[in-house]
Amino acid sequence: MNELLKSLTEAVGVSGEEKEVRLLIRDLIADHVDEWHVDAMGNLLALKKGTGASDLRVLVDAHMDEVGLMVTEFDSNGTIRFSNVGGFDDRALLGKVVQVGPKKITGIIGARPIHLTTSSQRNSVVKADAMRIDIGAKTKDAASAQLKIGDKAAFVTEYEELGPTAIGKAFDDRAGCAALIELLRVEPYPFDLHAVFSVQEEVGLRGAMTAAYAVKPDAALVLECTPAYDLPNKDDVSPSVALGKGPSIYVMDRTAIQDPRLVSHITATAAENDIPFQIRRPGGGGTNTATIQRSRAGVPTATIAVPGRYAHTPAMMINLSDYANVVKLAEATLRSLAPNIIQHSS
Amino acid sequence: MNDLIKKLVEAYGPSGFEDNVRELIRPEIEPFADELLVDALGNLIAHKKGDGSGLKVMIAAHMDEIGVMVSHITKEGFLRFTNIGGVYPHTLLGNRVQFADGTIGVIGSDRITERGAVHPLEKHFIDVGAASRETCPVNVGDAAGFLRPFLAQGTRLSAKSMDDRIGCVIAIETLKRLSETPHEVYFVFSVQEEVGCRGAQVAANRLDPDVGIALDVTTTGDVPEARPMAVDLGKGPAIKVKDSGMIAHVGLVKIMRQRAEEANLPFQMEVLEAGTTDARSIQISNGGTAAGCISIPCRYVHSQSETVDANDVENSVNLLVEILSKPIVL
Ligand SMILES: [Zn+2]
Ligand SMILES: [Zn+2]
Repeated sequence: MNELLKSLTEAVGVSGEEKEVRLLIRDLIADHVDEWHVDAMGNLLALKKGTGASDLRVLVDAHMDEVGLMVTEFDSNGTIRFSNVGGFDDRALLGKVVQVGPKKITGIIGARPIHLTTSSQRNSVVKADAMRIDIGAKTKDAASAQLKIGDKAAFVTEYEELGPTAIGKAFDDRAGCAALIELLRVEPYPFDLHAVFSVQEEVGLRGAMTAAYAVKPDAALVLECTPAYDLPNKDDVSPSVALGKGPSIYVMDRTAIQDPRLVSHITATAAENDIPFQIRRPGGGGTNTATIQRSRAGVPTATIAVPGRYAHTPAMMINLSDYANVVKLAEATLRSLAPNIIQHSS
Repeated sequence: MNDLIKKLVEAYGPSGFEDNVRELIRPEIEPFADELLVDALGNLIAHKKGDGSGLKVMIAAHMDEIGVMVSHITKEGFLRFTNIGGVYPHTLLGNRVQFADGTIGVIGSDRITERGAVHPLEKHFIDVGAASRETCPVNVGDAAGFLRPFLAQGTRLSAKSMDDRIGCVIAIETLKRLSETPHEVYFVFSVQEEVGCRGAQVAANRLDPDVGIALDVTTTGDVPEARPMAVDLGKGPAIKVKDSGMIAHVGLVKIMRQRAEEANLPFQMEVLEAGTTDARSIQISNGGTAAGCISIPCRYVHSQSETVDANDVENSVNLLVEILSKPIVL
């Protein structure tokens, strides 16, 4: 059992309230870094000093936050209205168990049982604003005695391993956090490595913005968990990325074009080290690369991701060898990151 | 100037992959710049020193062009693709694209069932002559630019990526002709404008200028059934007042107008309803910058026959030289 992934994914850290995850990570890295601090936004920034061989400043980012819900109103019958924190497909919510508020009160996102629905109801998608969280309270007062408006809710999913795969919530991006923790536990790099465990990625890449500003890096690497869509499909369309085929390397998404020189460096490093990799289908999505790349006078930045099925739902699935290869590839990429790679020749 | 225009518009440079364009511009400006720098994102920045009495002025023209990126290769060796910047599906069928390594592809589309309707981008594919996925010379993640030779008919100049290589040409010519200036002028040949004015953002962060002026194309209202717009081809550079991303600095607009009037240069006032330029990024960088834009009227923007008028180009250079040679009092 990968205890690191288990503890990280079972911790709760909906965007804007990442403290539980941060405390966990702080304890896991404290003995392996030279200094750490928490900034005004709640980002955890840690410095692992280098051997002195290179004076590059390198930032490696993984986001601590996960998508979730927020209490917005109490109905007279004690059920709870909510809005989303981060992006959801409404269909993923119905019938799911959530943990609400600081006391982690168990609630259910209510659904009308099949016995009581008409066929037309069964064939239409219930919108999130018609759903309620039910914590078993009978009245508004009973509900509001337990929770307050603004409390956040996260899914409840126990981490499990099944053969080569792991199942759990919030692999996006606790898998990246776990990988970054592993990168801090090894021998020093030639340069100072600035680890950023960032907040509020899922609501608009916000935490990395201030962290990158503070760190002023020369280059950056983002560790993510990217949606895999590799289920059987009769059309000849590309899977975005597939489970088990290795780390997924970004080239372009809606928010950023990755630094082509770093992308080449990563793919060359993978080839040299016999690490499988896949180029993520260019197009939609976004990562902290967007804000790090464009902080101050610009930072060459690239993203390596663990492919994960069913992103932004209560249960995700990753392949453990993909995860191990992300750690391996990220470490090899960093160890061989020479300053000339990010210098423009013309 | 046509030789330089031809060289630049025919070059490969989709957003994020501007190296070729930068390599062509660099030798043009090297003899005239006091300092040259390529930043982390690939912006080429040329500094022309002033006499110490003026402001810090950033001029931005973007090197990148719209293009496509391969997202999937079918078993049969056809390439599905996604857009880089604002690509109209109307311009795709039968068009040709070129990859960084010189590989050329033609664009086909899924079977057309309704002649009156245009397929969305996803229903197009690129054919590079490969017989299978295995033998395809192109990979997922490779970027391509459109392929189209430069055409000059009288004063009308047509090409792909006139947006914004013509702005680059104006910046180069201005640097060459600007003998003396009170200002510290930084000519920024920027990257990644077409995907959100990203290059100019970091260049402006670095330079922290007092004044920012973008050089970019704007649409015109002088073609059949055009959206009404008081900008015509050939009637002079357009001084931007507003577009959908920026309201130009009022004082700067006034100075631009005044310089054009004093020098008897034709000009037009531009209000663009959809679209923006690097000036937007410069305006809101750091603690804020007085920003404006000299727009080159251009027909068929984001098609492969973007058409400008040589007189507008010449007068844009003249106007910018006028602005930069004299004091700017905001
Ligand atoms: Zn993520
Ligand atoms: Zn443009």
